Amino acid sequence: MTLLDASDLRRVYGDSCGDCVELTGDAAGTNQCPDCGAVVACADVSLDVEPGEVLGIVGESGSGKSSVAELLALERATDGQASGDVRLDGHDGNLLDADYETRHRLRNGAVGLVHQHVRDGLNLEFTGGGNVAEKLLAAGWRNYGDVRDRVRDLFAETEVPVERMDDPTETYSGGMQRRVQIARALATDPDVVILDEPTTGLDVSVQARVLDMFRRIQREEDVAAVVVSHDLGVVRLLADRTLVMRHGRVVETGLTDRVMEDPHHEYTQTLINSVI
Amino acid sequence: MTDVLTVEGLTKTFDMHALGDKQVVGLDDVSFTVRRGEFLAIVGESGSGKSSLLKCLYRTYEPTGGSTVYHPADVDLATCDDRTVMAIRDSTLGYASQFLDEIPRVPAIDVVARPLLERGTPAAQARDRARELLDALGLPEELWEAYPATFSGGERQRVNLAQALAPEPELLLLDEPTSALDPETRTAAIELLSESTDAETTVVGVFHDRDVVERVADRVAVLDGGELQRVVPVAEFAAEEEEEVVA
Repeated sequence: MTLLDASDLRRVYGDSCGDCVELTGDAAGTNQCPDCGAVVACADVSLDVEPGEVLGIVGESGSGKSSVAELLALERATDGQASGDVRLDGHDGNLLDADYETRHRLRNGAVGLVHQHVRDGLNLEFTGGGNVAEKLLAAGWRNYGDVRDRVRDLFAETEVPVERMDDPTETYSGGMQRRVQIARALATDPDVVILDEPTTGLDVSVQARVLDMFRRIQREEDVAAVVVSHDLGVVRLLADRTLVMRHGRVVETGLTDRVMEDPHHEYTQTLINSVI
Repeated sequence: MTDVLTVEGLTKTFDMHALGDKQVVGLDDVSFTVRRGEFLAIVGESGSGKSSLLKCLYRTYEPTGGSTVYHPADVDLATCDDRTVMAIRDSTLGYASQFLDEIPRVPAIDVVARPLLERGTPAAQARDRARELLDALGLPEELWEAYPATFSGGERQRVNLAQALAPEPELLLLDEPTSALDPETRTAAIELLSESTDAETTVVGVFHDRDVVERVADRVAVLDGGELQRVVPVAEFAAEEEEEVVA
């Protein structure tokens, strides 16, 4: 059974001449159109995720990973032209074409996103608890006591000190802020969580604890996830299957251990060989 | 006796793009069958393709040609889709490499119990089984709650072997699982492996040590330069060695 089914995801920044997708990509060796200068952040990206499965997306900066993550998470396009087809089990039609309210409801329910940049995901002036409660209120929770209880449980689950829940989020450490983001993403028991560079900016020991924590919850709750990272170690630890992206295209897909130990594409071989 | 695995024409070549698209042959047209409950040892010089063979069977390497029909699931592991491989790995097919590929900061006992938890065994029962195996392999009890990252090679290998045996897979692929063990622990490991095959686990294992092969194997497959030379009963393999020594 497929939970999340995405096909032909595409995002282009700039005024496209119409031939940009043909003129860019892995074979062309660039994601910028040589004719018109538009940037094809991603194109021809198709993927699917089954319930409880973890899919990894690796690639260097600018390979299009975050663009794919945003489309999968049904985020509003800030700029650029996006197209493609995203379907989620139990919901009708192409969700990229769904009206604002439907997407808003899904983002506050079935789909959770952990942003690459903390400031995109949290309001740092709010309390940590408030950031998580906001998601619950948006999802229709109304009882104050229920919301407090749920936030307390989520803090405990993601290993954020519960006694800090009423402190402003800006007073939290980087690791705690990341945990609050994960707590927020998981608040409404989503079917799938999208994590965009879940460990960037954290020091190594904190990275490890955040990944451990997520792995435990992912397994216990059997929630599906898409993990985007430039760090092969993160994907190796979390993902069942992995996509490799370059110049906005998927160049290789496979079981994570197969991609790591028997990389086929020239770029994947270079990527694996570059690990220090 | 029924077969667990039928391997036919299994071939693996690697395209090394960094070496000017050079092709390296890992396995060349390898065919054999594995019978239910037997212990098949794979031997050969370093670089003869022993580990490549195991990795192709487990699909960590994607075979370039041939088939490996895994009869318990009635599936060709060489060509089936990734999700079918995942489902079979999660149920009846086990693999242990030479080195423990442990997840950081998980205590030894939980490393061993993990595959059982993933198969739905209750936590207490999974940990009991993990204790039993670690004890049988002689890992000191004070290490059970410690992180294997700090262990010696032999201690890590015991955790690795215990983890592979814990879920009692129908087919277990082992890549030199006893290479770092001292003689006493090696004997304990061999006894445990022999008991497991008696309990209807089928094992395909790569071994360097002839002595171990003669103690655990039912049949021996000899690889050379990626080609399978022969598959012989262990008695014949042992006799060959004596002839070589006499000659």
